Amino acid sequence: MVAGSIPQKKPLRVRLRHHATVLSFLAPALIGIAVFFLYPLVSAVYFSLTKFDLLSVPQWVGLDNYKRMGEDPYLLQSVRNTLWMVVVFVPVRIVSAIGLSMLLTQLRRGASAFRTIFYLPALAPPVAATIAFVYLLKPGTGPVNTFLAHIGIQGPLWFNSPAWAKPSLVLLGLWAIGDIMVIFLAAVLGVPATLYEAASLDGANAWHRFRYVTIPTIQPVILFATVTGVIYTLQYFDQAAVAGSIASGQATVGAGISQNFGFPEGATFTYPLWLYTVGFRYNALGYANAMAVALFVVAFAVTVFLLRRSKAFSGEES
Amino acid sequence: MTATLDAPPAVLQGAAPDRRIRRQHRLAWIAKHSIAIVLAIMFVTPVVYLVLISLMTSDQALTSNYWPDTWHFDNYVRVFLVTPLPRYLLNTVIYAVLATAFMLLSSVPAAYALAKLRFRGRNVLFLTIICVMMLPPQVVTVPLYLMWARYGLTGTIWPLILPMLFGDAFSIFLLRQFLLTIPNDYLDAARVDGCGEWRTLLRVVVPMARPGIAAAALFQFFYAWNDYYGPLLYTGENENSWTLSLGLASFHSVHHVDWNLVTAATVLTMAPIIIVFFFAQRAFVQGVTLTGVKG
Repeated sequence: MVAGSIPQKKPLRVRLRHHATVLSFLAPALIGIAVFFLYPLVSAVYFSLTKFDLLSVPQWVGLDNYKRMGEDPYLLQSVRNTLWMVVVFVPVRIVSAIGLSMLLTQLRRGASAFRTIFYLPALAPPVAATIAFVYLLKPGTGPVNTFLAHIGIQGPLWFNSPAWAKPSLVLLGLWAIGDIMVIFLAAVLGVPATLYEAASLDGANAWHRFRYVTIPTIQPVILFATVTGVIYTLQYFDQAAVAGSIASGQATVGAGISQNFGFPEGATFTYPLWLYTVGFRYNALGYANAMAVALFVVAFAVTVFLLRRSKAFSGEES
Repeated sequence: MTATLDAPPAVLQGAAPDRRIRRQHRLAWIAKHSIAIVLAIMFVTPVVYLVLISLMTSDQALTSNYWPDTWHFDNYVRVFLVTPLPRYLLNTVIYAVLATAFMLLSSVPAAYALAKLRFRGRNVLFLTIICVMMLPPQVVTVPLYLMWARYGLTGTIWPLILPMLFGDAFSIFLLRQFLLTIPNDYLDAARVDGCGEWRTLLRVVVPMARPGIAAAALFQFFYAWNDYYGPLLYTGENENSWTLSLGLASFHSVHHVDWNLVTAATVLTMAPIIIVFFFAQRAFVQGVTLTGVKG
């Protein structure tokens, strides 16, 4: 480092100049962090300790909002739904992404065309993709159930069934698997060929090579995908909201705020969806902020876990 | 990356000359390609189906027929006339373009400082940015909403655009990862030539970082284009400010728009994304890889 580093033992004037330069690069971002992250975080904690409905002044209630969380059956249902997504969706997505990327590395013809096809749906606007899937999986006239009927299977009610609504969301999520697949593809292609050759010489078959060479080598990427997958699932909102409103067929009443979030029977009420409903439909802002603080604690714990394990996120220069 | 993919992977090399093994390999080849083709069909089906419905009459769109009896390309014109689609499109373009431009103005310098300048607290700042990036937006939703309401900006898309002037955590992260790959020698050379840090950034780093900047810009543009939560939160009450995503979700219910037109609008919302992708495929894939490959 010739320049750009803090000149040690240089005169105060030079050091001040350096700091002024650094600050000129960072000022907007620092203001952004303060105004759009730290300030709302602190005020969320404050509001969570009050009773507040937009119309009157916030009223201090201590931990009442947090106590209420334990007694709210809708909240418990939304926690169960979000946990279901974490436990089912995250692993299914990772296993499928690894499978797809392995398949792509095995193709000798048209690999890049297949890669593009598998990748593209990840870019589709979530609302558009959800509309497509609700239509595709329509119980009566949808092509999937029509096809299943042809081969003698009676298809489920998909988005209209409390039991099948979340699995339908998982299918929708698998369609949009492209971004994580590309990350795994890069990782799988990065496994040194010499490792495979050495394993082959030791008599390893294809499965053994996958199990004992590929998987351990891409371990960090699996960790990364798990953590970011959990974070993504914790904020899962759009698809659940849209699927509920469209599948229920009547949806949105004025103000763009749906009456049919969670359809059917609350099966798609994810935690963020319930938080939004509590805050902006029932105007129970104190309670909504208590839910927000709880969400923050969980997301923060997951993030800290990632930071401690992953090199990509460490502040060190590589 | 494409080149690497088309070459025979190391796993398959070293095939024995034995005839039986060669036959096995051919069978495996056929099996793998068949699976890929079946999967590709499954991946393409939703979009093809959507396009087919968008070309039907409104009555046929309610049936289980998947092939249009008569082709109604005029649906794509009608959807602009009978729905507020033009308004939604305009709002979405304003949101996506301004958010992207503002993000670049504020985030490129910040990423440069994090990647290439030394200062105390750099690691803490970087970790903070990671935390911001990982934070579910719902956590800070209520206080931010109240803040924008105080300035009378709820009901507009400005609460989604203006924060981009103050750095976007994900973009800063992505750009920093990219800038780290630029060798310091180039920067030092510029500095020796008497360039200040800002001139080094603008004259040397920005031209070299074009692929990374393109990727960040694309991500931001697509994010804004696809965003549903933000517009729902801030513009829910004012239909004039709705974006495509928000409009799409309520076409059928609020406006009683027929399904053939809803699907036409859906296809129209997807189309720009797909077109942009084909023009910028490389920058894009590189960007995605950059976010996760370093493990």
